[in-house]
Amino acid sequence: MELDIDQVAELARLELSDEERALLSDQLRSILAHVDQLSTIDTTGVQATRHPIPLDTPFREDGIGAHLSHAEALENAPESDGESFVVPRVV
Amino acid sequence: MGSGSLGPESSVSELRAALDTGSLSAVELTERTLAAISRTDDAIGAWLRTADESALTAAAEIDSRRDAGQPLGPLAGIPVGIKDMICTRGLKTTAASKMLANFVPPYDATVVARLRAADAIPIGKLNQDEFAMGSSNENSAFGVVKNPWDLNRVPGGSSGGSAAAIAAGQVPLTLGTDTGGSIRQPASFCGVVGFKPTYGRVSRYGVVAFASSLDQVGPLAANVADATSLLQVLSGHDPLDSTSIPEASPDLISELDRDITGLRIGVPAEYFGEGLDGEVEAIVRSAIAGLESQGAQVVPITLPHTSYAVATYYVIATAEASSNLSRYDGVRYTHRTDRVEDLKSLYDRSRAEGFGSEVKRRIILGTYALSSGYYDAYYLKAQQVRTLIVEDFQSAFQRCDVIAAPVAPTTAFALGERTADPLQMYLQDILTIPASLAGLPCGSIPCGLDAKGLPVGMQIIAPALGEAALVRASAAVERHCDFANRRPQGGAA
Repeated sequence: MELDIDQVAELARLELSDEERALLSDQLRSILAHVDQLSTIDTTGVQATRHPIPLDTPFREDGIGAHLSHAEALENAPESDGESFVVPRVV
Repeated sequence: MGSGSLGPESSVSELRAALDTGSLSAVELTERTLAAISRTDDAIGAWLRTADESALTAAAEIDSRRDAGQPLGPLAGIPVGIKDMICTRGLKTTAASKMLANFVPPYDATVVARLRAADAIPIGKLNQDEFAMGSSNENSAFGVVKNPWDLNRVPGGSSGGSAAAIAAGQVPLTLGTDTGGSIRQPASFCGVVGFKPTYGRVSRYGVVAFASSLDQVGPLAANVADATSLLQVLSGHDPLDSTSIPEASPDLISELDRDITGLRIGVPAEYFGEGLDGEVEAIVRSAIAGLESQGAQVVPITLPHTSYAVATYYVIATAEASSNLSRYDGVRYTHRTDRVEDLKSLYDRSRAEGFGSEVKRRIILGTYALSSGYYDAYYLKAQQVRTLIVEDFQSAFQRCDVIAAPVAPTTAFALGERTADPLQMYLQDILTIPASLAGLPCGSIPCGLDAKGLPVGMQIIAPALGEAALVRASAAVERHCDFANRRPQGGAA
């Protein structure tokens, strides 16, 4: 297993300092060494468990209900113009 | 007995009796609770904030409804502390992260709505590990929590504040969340009762998501009856949570006094192996003998994939976390960096500044486990091993009705003792993770003190939807161990 910390940090949209990069690389190597014991178990034909309690997907009738107002949804935004969340210019 | 001696350290049944007769008012109890918190919490650090005004308003309303002879809910006037993972309308909810330092939810989590509907009084928000990631409560962005039994030791985590607040006699009931042991382990370290219900029994709507296939809300209290009364209020179907179980929840209160004659108690060999402290083992085995003396039948069982549970969990939980925590982007309701050059630097730097080191470690690990080329080897493999762990429990429950085991390999460890090596910290969760992976109802019930005077918890694990058996066995543990409402000397009371 090859852990390219820069590539993973890029995928995670997480800026890391040099110090964090070095420490995390070391720590993750030891955690992954422990995780690698899973490869010794034969799981041929074993189903994956995605949810511990099997349930059908619930459906409901479409209907009109109470929802968050525009103002409430924007209340916690670091920057908004009263209508939308504001982000730096993208294009 | 006059109501003058009643307060947040009293049991819910005593408080309810006094509130019903009017010898204690909800306002008085709320004032006494807030006073106990402000008197004792500098030393403990269990609370992130209290909601004095809204709590007193709610209490006054309950008093006037009682005076008017109107019917009241099952927890009328009882103050409840809420882990800061759980959204409270109009009251800051931070998940103990700088990322959410200023987040004020515009809605209540379903569990909070249920508390209000039962006339309980949400009194404040409890400290925890950041985003519930930790086993010692040392990962909070807003300060560590200390164990009321020994202020140099951790309360456990991640619901450390929820457990410490009960142990310190600051409040009679709290809500915690449990993903891999985050209710049970702090309950064990702090000598209080904690239940994690069956996955899906209690709604996750409005609970900050860590690992969605594992997270569950549950109650903590100073005795089994109190924890059960809160679990009863929390349980039930919620159309706002697509993983909520549609079945009605059974009456749990009637289980408290049932005798356990003939109840088959499975004792898993793997939970008494290497790494288990000798005193913890002796105390838990003695509590199991106490169940036998009440008529239960002890059955040796085996859960052969136990040793793979930590590896399985730290792939699945971190993968789900890396996905869940992608919503914290500096745009909608979180911290935003000042060092913005473009949209990407806004994301990268807001997240770098907002998340603490344990959260970053888990995001990186989970992102790696889900990344192209590694998905099958890690995430899919872990989900398959999870199936084997689920099947271990299914086979075991053919031979027994509940499982009894230790909660943690040791009693509470010293602050700072285990922060340097994350893997060693993760391995501490070996006894609580398997039941989480299988989605089973389980709990920690205090069963004694070690030679250092630190509490030891017994874990009870029941089959899926088997909360009734969980409560029945837990009450029997409590009857034998006589630990109900025990608190450290010199606590808040």
